[in-house]
Amino acid sequence: MKLLNQSVKYLSLSILLIVSIWSVVFYISMLDEIEDRIDDGLANYKLLVIQKAAGDSTVVTKSTFDESNYAIQEISPAVALAMKDRYVDTLMYMQDEDDMEPVRMLTTAFQNNNRYYQLKVINSMVEEDDLIEDLFWSALWLYIILVVSIIIINNLVLQKLWTPFYSLLNQLQQFRLGKSKQLPQITTHTREFNDLKNAVNALLQHSVETYNQQKQFIENASHELQTPLAIATSKLELLLEKSNLSGTEAESISEVLQMLERMNKLNKSLLLLTKIENKQFFQNEPVNINTLARQCISNLEDFAAYKAVRIQLTEAAQTSIHINTSLASTVLLNLIKNAIIHNRAGGEVSIHITEHALTICNTGAATPLDAAHIFQRFYKADAAAKGTGLGLAIIKAICNLYGFTIRYNYNNQQHCFTLLFTGSA
Amino acid sequence: MLYLPGYSICITLFNLQARYSHFFPDFTGKMQAMKILIVEDEPELQKAIADSLAREHFVTETAGTFDVAMEKLGVYNYDCILLDIMLPGGDGLQLLQELKKTGKQENIIIISAKDSLDDKLAGLELGADDYLTKPFHIAELNARIKAVLRRKTLDGKNTIETANLQLNLTERQLLVNNQLVPLNRKEFDILNYFLLNKNRLITKNALAEHVWGDHIDQADNFDFIYYQIKNLRKKLQSCQAGVEIESIYGVGYKMIEI
Repeated sequence: MKLLNQSVKYLSLSILLIVSIWSVVFYISMLDEIEDRIDDGLANYKLLVIQKAAGDSTVVTKSTFDESNYAIQEISPAVALAMKDRYVDTLMYMQDEDDMEPVRMLTTAFQNNNRYYQLKVINSMVEEDDLIEDLFWSALWLYIILVVSIIIINNLVLQKLWTPFYSLLNQLQQFRLGKSKQLPQITTHTREFNDLKNAVNALLQHSVETYNQQKQFIENASHELQTPLAIATSKLELLLEKSNLSGTEAESISEVLQMLERMNKLNKSLLLLTKIENKQFFQNEPVNINTLARQCISNLEDFAAYKAVRIQLTEAAQTSIHINTSLASTVLLNLIKNAIIHNRAGGEVSIHITEHALTICNTGAATPLDAAHIFQRFYKADAAAKGTGLGLAIIKAICNLYGFTIRYNYNNQQHCFTLLFTGSA
Repeated sequence: MLYLPGYSICITLFNLQARYSHFFPDFTGKMQAMKILIVEDEPELQKAIADSLAREHFVTETAGTFDVAMEKLGVYNYDCILLDIMLPGGDGLQLLQELKKTGKQENIIIISAKDSLDDKLAGLELGADDYLTKPFHIAELNARIKAVLRRKTLDGKNTIETANLQLNLTERQLLVNNQLVPLNRKEFDILNYFLLNKNRLITKNALAEHVWGDHIDQADNFDFIYYQIKNLRKKLQSCQAGVEIESIYGVGYKMIEI
């Protein structure tokens, strides 16, 4: 729910409560005031009637209300002396309304010429139902007007006030580490938003720096390793050429050379990954996947023959994509090479090219690979494997760079990698 | 004789050797020793390269900084320059530019720790003949140097001749005793590599990288190479070639003349 609607929700709820409480309190005090006024009027009227009765003896004979507002009855002195002024709300028939209407009635007693009388004075009251109804509608209208005004004010004023915030939010959503060059910017005089922007930008700046440092570190570390590797390799190769080595010595040297080679491969793979992630490959050109696949197969045929693996290529379409040639061959060579290495003797690799996809399936282990992890760096299903553990990570990075999709699945006892070229130009 | 301050006695000796080497025939008796300048700031790598090149009877000199390299290039002529791009005191590419300005015709092989296509293109555009990324195999460096040197002294034919073998690089053909011996692509590449590294040990790693490319893993210890070597050996034997491929301790191979 938007902040704007949230605030409207809470405001309308609290205003509803306030208006309701206010209406009740207002009603009670209003009613109280009205009764007070009527009671005063009745008390005054009572005095007037008593005064009049003192001068005019016919007054005391008026035993019914009829057209006037009082009625007098003679009562016994004992009753009269025990009587106190009593105000009650009662109902009385009103001619114009043709209904019983509420009236306020004062019952009192007075003495006139040594005779005692009971005097009832009445005054018509407001109808409580009507009062409540009127009050309810007024309160409701007040409430509606308040809520509508709040919504309008919120929309106009708050939306204007929150514009920098939404702008900042939008820019933050677009922000990508390593891709976005500019930090989010807003122009506002609101201190909170400026503080927020500054805090966010400080955090982003820090992240960007860390990210760059990390990238730079991998690149520098790999570069710095090249020279020592070169020295060690050259020296050992020269040492191997010395004629006075024994077989076991030579083998040990060769094993060290193998390890250096492995380090070198690892190093080069890391550099390649960094380069891909830094988007340092710009030279894209149309590459025919069919031709490239055939080249890769011919490149690996000796290896496949040695492993007694048959490679089959079926081409359902001629597919050309816009990509860096060396990256494209890295992807294909890696996939095909994996399919050969992780195969069994007498097994096969089938490569299928369609208009938008390339599928490479191979026979091999009877259990499927862990699809969730195989594309992670340094993930190895077999810890003793001699590979760098970066091959599939590199393929994944290249796919990400070009918007391709790479998928693994296992069916019919075949490990299949599918490369979808969708998203490419 | 020109003495430049800061030069070590060692370099001066090299200079002497370099300057007067043309008086002496090469050990092969065919041509005078080629002079190679190694521009590399890492002394250990300088030494390793120089050691390897000495085995090929090349005369080498070294320069560890941009300025020393500039001075040497200003005074002497070299047949080949191995140039590191990242040098103390300057950029190797800048050195290349200076060389081009003076119109010198040296063969230049860039040796760089940076496997960057931009640097490679820039280097080749500035007139470098080849680009080798560190770390490299001694055999690979050897082959590259010989390839550029041969291109320079081509005399119209691009052929390697050893014993009774003639390897025509343009036609990609092998003639033994003037008889054509058919070779497939890989066999040709292997033979070419062996001839460029005659009498030198080639490790399986170096061979695999040169012939099959960088992508081939060291899966199964490159045992698949053995089959190619076996086929090539058979072909060489059956046509009575004057060379043979020796296995060395199971770590690599060496081509020798019989």
